Amino acid sequence: MEFLLAIITGVLYASGIYLILRRSLVKLIIGLVLLGNGVNLLLFLMGGLTKGSPPIIADNVKTIGEIYADPLPQALVLTAIVISFGLQSFAIILIKRAYKVLKTDDLDTLNETDNI
Amino acid sequence: MNAIITYPLIFQAIVSIVLLFLWQNVKAQRMVSIIGSAIGLSISVVLFNQVWQKGTIAIQMGNWEAPFGITLVADTFAVTMVVLAHIVAMAVSLFSTKGIVASRVKFGYFPIMHLMIMGLSGAFLTGDIFNLYVWFEVIIISSFVLLTIGGKKAQIEGAVKYFTLNMLASIIFLTAIALLYGTTGTLNMAELATIIPEIEDRGLVKIIALIFFLAFGVKAGVFPMYVWLPAAYHTPPAAVSSLFGGLLTKLGVYAIIRVFTMVFPVGLFTYEWIGIVGVLTILSGALGAFVQKDIVKVFSYLIICHIGFMIAGFSIGTQLALTGVLFYMFHDIIVKSNLFLVSGVLHRITGSTKLASMGGIMENKTTLAILFAIPLFSLVGIPPLSGFWPKISLFGGAIVSQKWYVLAALIFGSFMTLLVVAKVWLAVFSKPLPVGSPKKLFKYFDDFNPSEKRILVIPILLLAIVSLYFGLFAEHIQQLSARIADELINNQTYIETVFRK
Amino acid sequence: MKSVILKTASTYLLPLLLLFSVFVLLRGHYLPGGGFIGGLVASIAFVLHAFANGLQNTRFMLRIHPGFLIPIGLSLALIAGIAPMLIDGSPFLTGLWFPNPIPVIGMIGSALFFDIGVFLVVIGVSLTIIFTISESA
Repeated sequence: MEFLLAIITGVLYASGIYLILRRSLVKLIIGLVLLGNGVNLLLFLMGGLTKGSPPIIADNVKTIGEIYADPLPQALVLTAIVISFGLQSFAIILIKRAYKVLKTDDLDTLNETDNI
Repeated sequence: MNAIITYPLIFQAIVSIVLLFLWQNVKAQRMVSIIGSAIGLSISVVLFNQVWQKGTIAIQMGNWEAPFGITLVADTFAVTMVVLAHIVAMAVSLFSTKGIVASRVKFGYFPIMHLMIMGLSGAFLTGDIFNLYVWFEVIIISSFVLLTIGGKKAQIEGAVKYFTLNMLASIIFLTAIALLYGTTGTLNMAELATIIPEIEDRGLVKIIALIFFLAFGVKAGVFPMYVWLPAAYHTPPAAVSSLFGGLLTKLGVYAIIRVFTMVFPVGLFTYEWIGIVGVLTILSGALGAFVQKDIVKVFSYLIICHIGFMIAGFSIGTQLALTGVLFYMFHDIIVKSNLFLVSGVLHRITGSTKLASMGGIMENKTTLAILFAIPLFSLVGIPPLSGFWPKISLFGGAIVSQKWYVLAALIFGSFMTLLVVAKVWLAVFSKPLPVGSPKKLFKYFDDFNPSEKRILVIPILLLAIVSLYFGLFAEHIQQLSARIADELINNQTYIETVFRK
Repeated sequence: MKSVILKTASTYLLPLLLLFSVFVLLRGHYLPGGGFIGGLVASIAFVLHAFANGLQNTRFMLRIHPGFLIPIGLSLALIAGIAPMLIDGSPFLTGLWFPNPIPVIGMIGSALFFDIGVFLVVIGVSLTIIFTISESA
């Protein structure tokens, strides 16, 4: 299962990088979204996949007896997902606005601010 | 009481919430912002004083013990940066009362600005790498909003570039965090400092360090990832550029210094290539600044050049050089923020930011010209102004460690800075204003009444006084930087403070 | 969109989804759920209503601008964080718990108030975003 997830992570990274190298503004944003998902999956995978119980110590014992899942990557992934949710919604509004103002989807024509 | 570490963060959050409740009331927002910045500045000074007197302090968020919870650590480096951020915030919030038009304020300029100051303070104070990532995101989301408020054509175009590269940097940063967590099982910087030397797979550690450098490098604007900076920084109003130019790139440098001295110190990791990147950054920034014809773009490229100073100086890795880097960084934060404010006032006086169509400041506004000369010449480093002193330590560090290419690049960068500033001075200050200036598009400086003029000039004066203090009382700052460099290199106290209950 | 089926369904679904969002919010401390997810469910309820009945009607039904929920939620979350500092001087965000459980809801602590703050902020932010996008479309 971990092997499969590793491959999916790789595919997400690869397709994300491919898309951000395209000339279209929309593809650029989709590429960033895919990269964001890839990194979330990587973060999740880095804690290791364990089929265990949550790491909560019961009232009457001192330690966790059985196998437990690492809770930290899940917390990190949740935070990262929330952040990328905010960033992606901003991105969508930004490209919508950019298309309205600049009237183009072609990244190569966005060179006005770089002119001397 | 260690709870004081959280006060700057909580206070800025409160200010931001109060400002959100005052959404449509522009006048009240301006008042609250100024008062909030002033109180925030005093809180951070109190925090600085406490750390200066009693040494590093730490607090565990939510009372979770050190490696499990998030630790906030206030060492001298962090609190100095917090104080500097609040000084810049104070100046910018004063400047914004007249420098930002009411329509932008109604889109939430002030709450977002205070949210960004909160994010900066958090990023400086945190002792946990993932928490650093979260603060970075708070800062970049606020900066996106500040950059796009107004929605002019150039602004949107700059924002697209800024957004893409910064989001990419966040993704790279998160990748590095994931790999680091997978390798070490912790993200607490103090614990990482003890675990990283024991990892057997040195190659993996080096790759992780490299990815971290890539992520912070985009934020700091080092070669070759700086392209977003000059494309975006000249588009928003001067107050916003001042905040960005002074603090955001330096945040990247702060992160590099903090993470690399704590987690990947000199002994474990070769710094050679950081030096090469730094040298290339100096070259590209200096040459870029020389060819640009727009004053804000000139300043933007100068940021890159001086980021190169810090990165190249940092690569030397000795305590002497680190002292110089830190002093340079403190000086640069104040001076760069001031320069962008100056460019905003110049824009309002002459009606343009193009060097060719500016001029006549020396002739028409002599007092202002003298005031504006302070940040400009501090930047060059004419003794006794503030840019001169850190260069002694920087050059000295390069000579002692025999890093001749760094020394050559530093000298070249200083020389080019002098040339560029001379060019700006000739074009803007001593040349007469060209005839046939463009028609009036906005409210010029001369249209303001005297009290409004004063509000635009006071923040520049405030920052100029701070940089004069840095120059004239350089031994204080030198002592401060030396202490920080010592704390960073001998990080035992930091680690002990974090793990002490 | 004009569909009788969707329109009829949305009037029944809106209270159900809102109830579900509160349920998700409350079970969030030990089980999957929480303020963020609950907030998303609640905002989806309003988006569905807007799909079926038009944006104007949803705005009218909400009465207040959704953006107004953001500062309210933020202050609630911040107060939940500051409360332990004021009460017993422990660090920011330390969990404080009432000693006895309350029927239906269970144990109540400062974490719940933090989550309610997040809940409100998420509703406010996502509705503001979606309304802005669909208005300018």
